[in-house]
Amino acid sequence: MAVFPFVVVAWILGIGLYGIVTSRHLVHQIVCLTVVQSSTYVLLLGVGYVTGAVAPYYYDVPDHTPAVDPVVQALALTDVVVEAAVTALLLSFAVQAHKRFGTLDPHELASMKG
Amino acid sequence: MTQAQRRWIFLVAGTGLAAFYLWGLSGLPGFGNYPGPYGPAILQVAVAQTHATGVVSAVNFLYRGFDTVGEEFILFTAASGVSVVLRHLRGERDRSAVDEAADRDVPPTSSAVRMVALVFAGPAIVVGWWLASHAQTNPSGGFQGGVVLASGFVLVYLAGEFLVFERFSPVDLLDVVEGVGAGGFAATGLTAVFLSMPFLANWLDLGQYPGAVSSSGTIALISFFVGLEVAAAFILIVGELLEQTLLIRQGES
Repeated sequence: MAVFPFVVVAWILGIGLYGIVTSRHLVHQIVCLTVVQSSTYVLLLGVGYVTGAVAPYYYDVPDHTPAVDPVVQALALTDVVVEAAVTALLLSFAVQAHKRFGTLDPHELASMKG
Repeated sequence: MTQAQRRWIFLVAGTGLAAFYLWGLSGLPGFGNYPGPYGPAILQVAVAQTHATGVVSAVNFLYRGFDTVGEEFILFTAASGVSVVLRHLRGERDRSAVDEAADRDVPPTSSAVRMVALVFAGPAIVVGWWLASHAQTNPSGGFQGGVVLASGFVLVYLAGEFLVFERFSPVDLLDVVEGVGAGGFAATGLTAVFLSMPFLANWLDLGQYPGAVSSSGTIALISFFVGLEVAAAFILIVGELLEQTLLIRQGES
């Protein structure tokens, strides 16, 4: 069971990448990218987990109770914010691509350069 | 490049990636045995040093505060970027939303959706404020609070029309709020420099005891500024994307 979280990470990463490669729609492709990025949340939280520990909040537990790593949790937060920013920008590019070329199929977009 | 070629390249590259992943996995200490050193060190000193019981917030807004400034400006830049990419281009004009496929029946927003959105808009805004102002004690903070706050305004859109959403969230005001949020964070950090302390050092009074809402000094203040910035940025981004539904290129039938 010790590797199970990391198998989940690999699965989410793999399925997201497969989606990006085979996608026929830009918005679908952007959603696949967010799936890929979700794997990093699981990885970060999995790396920082400590068996039997509490969340790093000492509001209602005694001080110095063993807690999971707060640094990776803070990193996961950064990860989420960056994902939101990247998704917003990519979606606005997709809107402009559709306005300009009238299609959101990446293959047709590639053959319509110039 | 054909679809089949694309898939083959992915297969080869994916095999390489899997090999590297397995190699990296073999060097990990295993699930549940995080060895540190930074996390355990911070857990030892954080509550006494900052009077914040939320150690994740303490990491975000104090120990790793410099990173978080960058993170906040990533969001700030993204909101500006969306505005620039989706600006009114030459040949674009506003039009009221008309049904282009008249033969297809578009169901109107059901009254159940309107009702639920209306009921939850107020609570979402209150919860957003609560989250943004309790970073120092509970699992919350400016980033989470800001997003929940912004979703309150999106619920207003769901409950009504885009024009109502626009009236509730005027762009000029949002720009000011976003600027105050981002600038407030930087100004809090620079104030420490003027007081001959390192950038973003905690120069405010820490409050009487850990866990009080008034405790933790700059952590609570920065979280509040971040909440303002994130809420304004998200409302701006959503508004820009919604506005696109009202735009059309001239000459298009």
